[in-house]
Amino acid sequence: MRFFSRLRGQKAFWLFVVLFLIALAVYGIEQANLKPISLLEAALLAMTPLALTAVGECVNEKAGVINIGLEGILLITAVVSVWGAELFENGVMGLLVGMLGGALIGFLFGLVSVYGRANQVVAGMGINLFALGFVPYLLMSIWAFPGIYVFPRKLMVPPIFTFFGRLSPVTIATLAMVFLAHILLHKTVLGFRIRAAGEEPEAADVAGVRIDWIRIFTATLGGALCGLGGAFLPLGWFGGITKEMTAGRGFIALACVVFAGLEPLLALVAAFIFGFAEGFAYAVAVTPGVKEVIPFYFVNMLPYITTLLMVMLVIGRRRFPAASGRPYTRE
Amino acid sequence: MKPFEITARARPLVESLVTILIGLIAGALLMMPFGYEPLKAYQALFKGAFGTVPDILETLAFATPLMLTAVTFAIGVKTGLFNIGAEGQMYLGAIGAIAIAGRIPLPPGIHVVVATVFAMLVGALWALPSALLKVWRGVHEVISTIMFNWIATHLSMYLAIYYLAQPGRAERTVPALPGARYPVLAEGATLTAAILVAVAFCIGVYFYLWGTKAGYELRLVGENPDAARYAGVSIRRTLVLSFVIGGLAAGLAGASQVIGRPPAWSLYATLGNVVTLGFDGIGVALIGRNHPIGGIFAAILYGALQHGGRFMEYHAGVSSELVRAINGLIVVALAVPEIWAIIRRRLKR
Repeated sequence: MRFFSRLRGQKAFWLFVVLFLIALAVYGIEQANLKPISLLEAALLAMTPLALTAVGECVNEKAGVINIGLEGILLITAVVSVWGAELFENGVMGLLVGMLGGALIGFLFGLVSVYGRANQVVAGMGINLFALGFVPYLLMSIWAFPGIYVFPRKLMVPPIFTFFGRLSPVTIATLAMVFLAHILLHKTVLGFRIRAAGEEPEAADVAGVRIDWIRIFTATLGGALCGLGGAFLPLGWFGGITKEMTAGRGFIALACVVFAGLEPLLALVAAFIFGFAEGFAYAVAVTPGVKEVIPFYFVNMLPYITTLLMVMLVIGRRRFPAASGRPYTRE
Repeated sequence: MKPFEITARARPLVESLVTILIGLIAGALLMMPFGYEPLKAYQALFKGAFGTVPDILETLAFATPLMLTAVTFAIGVKTGLFNIGAEGQMYLGAIGAIAIAGRIPLPPGIHVVVATVFAMLVGALWALPSALLKVWRGVHEVISTIMFNWIATHLSMYLAIYYLAQPGRAERTVPALPGARYPVLAEGATLTAAILVAVAFCIGVYFYLWGTKAGYELRLVGENPDAARYAGVSIRRTLVLSFVIGGLAAGLAGASQVIGRPPAWSLYATLGNVVTLGFDGIGVALIGRNHPIGGIFAAILYGALQHGGRFMEYHAGVSSELVRAINGLIVVALAVPEIWAIIRRRLKR
């Protein structure tokens, strides 16, 4: 129940943020003659990978593991998922392969941080640096394309037509997963143990909770959700892969986690706001009348500037688990 | 000295060498599924990197920017920061260098100095917002520096294309005027006097950190912020200082790539000749144990991998990008203290 009271405490703030963004959007839409539906579609597309990554990391950080290697996991799973989709000649299988790849990296990261007692920030950065080289290497080794590869269009996961316009099934799955993650954390015994592992590992251990298993589980889960997000990028959205396609999304997702104070529902709100900024940027970038005045390069900066502003506004009000990022050993 | 003390002193070196070995072995494992021959690839790599004198000079040319971006990360760690903003600060440094070197005519000699100093200042200026967000708002530097890296990417491309483009060759900026270029050290090599400036900067940072009061305060804040506060050290000022010195180093790294590296003497509009050098510097700093002097040697080693990687690509068909993947694996291995516990247990048995 603490979560709801905390949320209520900041209602005015959220209302302000959302109203401001809507006003900005309406102004932009009027100025640019855009269809609101297409803007919403763009925002939901951009939201999906961010929300998946951020929610996984929320659960992970609740258990006391911090993974800053999300950017790298997104990038690697994006490539691996396309490889899987081509192997099985099916986009949905590609999503599964991406998810498995992400789960594997998450699992290894969990092992390294629990049993290896690793410095999690350094190890996470190691994943990012690894992806920086491994992804172009894979692109060359699998398809012999340096830096960019466009796969056959039939491998894309087809969108569903709904009242809100075209909606990817992954987006719907994302919404479901956010609520499941919320229930997992706040309504189940496992969720209680996860939170205990992050707050009071010593006490939880005495009470018979296996801190090591919990943390490896959350790291794997976080990796799997991140992997689904990574697979969504080429298979549900872009239709191709480039070696810099994630464009900082892993770190924007980290900003969502900070913004949300590790609450999955708030992380979804944050992901939508960031997704909106990105969708808005792309919609504006191609609008006649605007693209001549504002260079494309400045429009491209919008998601990053939004991220900085949002994190700047909420930081300091957030409390993080006491054992965050600290390896735990039994005495 | 007792044998124990010698091993204790050599331990960081041994650890770095062992992790590099682990990285190379893991790299070999990554080659196998694609049918490459690891032995042939590594043979080509090391022969290419150290085989002849021109190759060694080329390796050093690759090492020049890396030792500087490594300082950016290392001085952050010394102050308790995880500053990964070298990438963006270096882009802006490169832009600053070429703006002075290519656009503003100055007497030769002075021109190099002015362009270099300006590049360093621009790099430091780009580091400042992250520093201020950290000390005023408590924004974690991992998030802020990455966001500023991406903003810097787009800003640098914009400036390179809109204001500094070479007429008729839009893919790169104007070249540095001949008087604003670092002298080439050997005929035909791409190694310039920029490496001397880089090494001097690293040594300067070393003396600053271990020889001055301000440097001592910087390390104290990193090691024990409570003690630093108790001793009356301004933590905010120290953190900002750490960011600024890191920015100076990154700006110098950017300058070394455009006014200190033939044959282009300019910045590519895609940022192709500076991109990822800032991130590579993180691995270099960690291999060099976050020490400015250790970073010089680690940079030479990583420069060798980068230069040799091109031969690996040519002779064994393995994409030179694998070198970067190996770098990441080395960083992961360095993050795990238990590796040493396991190895020590094995040795005792």
